[in-house]
Amino acid sequence: MTDDLIARLAHDLKPVSSHAVAAHIASALAIGLVVSAGLMLVMLGARPNLAEELGSSSFILKVSYTLALGSLGLWATSRMARPGEDGRLALSIVPAVVGLIAIAALIGYANAASETRHQIVFGSSALVCPIYILALSIPLLISIIVVMRRMASTRPQLAGFSAGLMAGGLGALVYSFHCPEPGVPFVALWYSSGILGTALVGTALGGRYLRW
Amino acid sequence: MLAALAGDAGAYRLLLSDLSEHLRRYYRRRLPESLSANADDLVQETLLAIHARRMTYDTNRAFTAWAYAIARYKLIDALRKSRHKQHVPIESVAEFLADEAAPDGPAGDLAAMLHTLPEKTRGLIYKVKIEGHSVADVAQSAGMSQSAVKVAIHRGVKSLVSRFGGKNDR
Repeated sequence: MTDDLIARLAHDLKPVSSHAVAAHIASALAIGLVVSAGLMLVMLGARPNLAEELGSSSFILKVSYTLALGSLGLWATSRMARPGEDGRLALSIVPAVVGLIAIAALIGYANAASETRHQIVFGSSALVCPIYILALSIPLLISIIVVMRRMASTRPQLAGFSAGLMAGGLGALVYSFHCPEPGVPFVALWYSSGILGTALVGTALGGRYLRW
Repeated sequence: MLAALAGDAGAYRLLLSDLSEHLRRYYRRRLPESLSANADDLVQETLLAIHARRMTYDTNRAFTAWAYAIARYKLIDALRKSRHKQHVPIESVAEFLADEAAPDGPAGDLAAMLHTLPEKTRGLIYKVKIEGHSVADVAQSAGMSQSAVKVAIHRGVKSLVSRFGGKNDR
């Protein structure tokens, strides 16, 4: 019976590019980003003074923080597309990135005048921010999970977590084009919550859909 | 594997049969006594996974390490399932077995049985019994006498019955 199976598999053989994994992940990323950005523009809209904000330090902070977490998630996910990999190196950098923004947030908070402190922590959108980030991350998370189902991760939950980290980071990146909040503590708290929430959703999805 | 990824079916077939031997030994050694009957199923499942997920092989790395990682994952998976199975009521186990038999079906079984016969006999049985050619036509194209063809087919079918007859009552 095994010989039969082998004959059938050999008959079914089609050439596979050595860049197939990267190509699949890249297409998932592109589709997810387009849908997420579309959602943001249609449902929320870019912030009106975006052009002048592009060079502001708070915008640069948001972009670099979310991009850093998103890239680490992407790195770990593409490692874990292959069997026997756990993306350890990429994931071990995550606490350092979060630690850095936590320190920056504390410094910002300590230096702020006491009457503005509440504003830089909670802004005017503290509670909706994580929810919007999660919502904008969902298209990315779905597209990457769909692609990862064809891969061979031997750590399904951890791969799901990394996929969620990637989706959360990039979803937050998209959200930062809408978000009007300038405070570093705001970003450290609420952006991180949204990204962590997405990573947890990813962990659950990974345990369920990335087993094979 | 590099040739296989490029689409060389012959190299791929060699690789898979070589691999199936390794896998069979690996699973026989690693599976507990109670599961050792599953070794062959696990070999096939692993071959299928290797085939379906072959794009995840990184061509810059050792092929064996990749194949081993997949084999190990399937082993762990089988062990985990076996632990669950002990709590599954018996009728659903029967359903599971019924499902298992489905993908191959009668046609696959027949081809597998025919495969155990010598090539010449197999060809004769195939032409007469499955494709439905007459004994006379087949005898002529094979350069044999009609009675020789009949005898060869009769012997082939008999050997199939003696080898597989016991399994037909399932």
